Amino acid sequence: MLFTAHEIKETVDMFLRHKLDIRAITLGVSLLDCAAATGSATRDRIREKLLRVAGPLVAVGRAIETEYGVPIINKRVSVTPIALVAASARETDLAPYATMLDYVARELGVDFVGGFSALVQKGYADADRRLIESIPEALSSTERVCASVNLASTASGINMDAVRQMGVIVREAAERTATRDGIACAKLVVFCNAPEDNPFMAGAFHGPGESESALNVGVSGPGVIKAALESFRGAGFDEVADAIKKTAFKITRMGQLVGSEAARRLGVPFGILDLSLAPTPEVGDSVARIIEELGIEAAGTHGSTAALALLTDMVKKGGVMASTHVGGLSGAFIPVSEDEGMVAAVRSGALTLDKLEAMTCVCSVGLDMVAIPGDVSESTISAIIADEMAIGMVNGKTTAVRIIPVPGKKAGDWAEFGGLLGGAPVLPVHPFSSDAFIARGGRIPAPIHSFRN
Amino acid sequence: MGNDKVGIIANVSAFFAERSINIEDISQTVLSGNFVMMMMVDLADSTKPLATVKDELTELGESMGVAISLMHERVFSAMHRI
Repeated sequence: MLFTAHEIKETVDMFLRHKLDIRAITLGVSLLDCAAATGSATRDRIREKLLRVAGPLVAVGRAIETEYGVPIINKRVSVTPIALVAASARETDLAPYATMLDYVARELGVDFVGGFSALVQKGYADADRRLIESIPEALSSTERVCASVNLASTASGINMDAVRQMGVIVREAAERTATRDGIACAKLVVFCNAPEDNPFMAGAFHGPGESESALNVGVSGPGVIKAALESFRGAGFDEVADAIKKTAFKITRMGQLVGSEAARRLGVPFGILDLSLAPTPEVGDSVARIIEELGIEAAGTHGSTAALALLTDMVKKGGVMASTHVGGLSGAFIPVSEDEGMVAAVRSGALTLDKLEAMTCVCSVGLDMVAIPGDVSESTISAIIADEMAIGMVNGKTTAVRIIPVPGKKAGDWAEFGGLLGGAPVLPVHPFSSDAFIARGGRIPAPIHSFRN
Repeated sequence: MGNDKVGIIANVSAFFAERSINIEDISQTVLSGNFVMMMMVDLADSTKPLATVKDELTELGESMGVAISLMHERVFSAMHRI
């Protein structure tokens, strides 16, 4: 036998028992050549290009699943930030782009198209402002379109005008989808240091520095890491760190194999592999349960940040050697509603919004899929965003906020988003005002250590 | 993988023979209480498409109370060989 029984069983167990899968293959497509003099002409070009370039994506994904025996959960498309493409036509309402992208997503059979986006970390271009204003309508009238806005970066600082505006936009998007617990906000993420090659939604877009097209891959596997650690109960951190690295290496090798094969069949370059451990609401697919396996009674209690720091870093160290190009977010996601263990931790009172914020200093993204009361003020939402942007800016890492002020619901109520988005208890926020802070506007300057030239 | 019983190898071998799928290697063992049987097969001359073979193999496994999965050799190479 080419492989030992132990090796074969280990691999098969990863897929059958521990829910290992490729979470997403995301085809990034540049739309820079679609900009035309009118909006309708631009949208016609985009529609034609996406249907042509991404046409085979779902079929290729399915063929690889069958042939390799590796599940590929989501097939997705990311595009150039629409604000860049829509700028030349100078329309005021950019929601029709979302309608068109929603149509394209259905035609292609992909679950999401990401890139209804603007990059405003240093300031707004006219089209950026119009795109952001169009977000509530765009997300409440479509199903498969994701929006993102980069509000800050280590190099540019934090655009506090945009932070203030996003508080308003998030509330409005929630209220427009009040009957579905504000689901529009589950498709909206704001970033600091947004990666241009992220395969994961809602934040995926194909950055202006990317090639014509590229296939990016997001692997999953929290269940596999958790299972590997079960053999190391009571062991020292040196051994634990090593176990995570080895497992991450194996998972990543599999992702690299599938990603490069998909890219080859699509005739596009392989972009990056995103090493993120991405949970789902299913039992056995939880990042919180890994933290608990490390010896924490409930995710969110003291020690959770250190546990997550270890996990994130070892996933990177194991994964980086297994892939030609690593990128995207890479680390561990800590969404609340999408992780059964995080939901349980909130319910038990172990996990609060403040502890989540602390954990975002060492996870790969930020405050993710957090439900808060629907009557939280716009300025408080902006202030939550500002805190998260500051963490990303100062630490030179990606941070993000995907927060849902659930209309009509109060702290402790249940918010349901459905499917992979899951559901979560509504978390309380501080009752004190940040109004005057958010009202200032302007830009928080970049930190001193950003000047590396 | 599953509980050992009489006829598993015979049934799986017959299944492959009926579809012109050549068995290149075979081994079995018991790992942590589980019966594990591994076959390396060449599907180049298979009389049925891969997707059909997979579905039928799943059914065959269920009828014997074991889980049978068919995966590409490259997945194992990627994970276990540098």
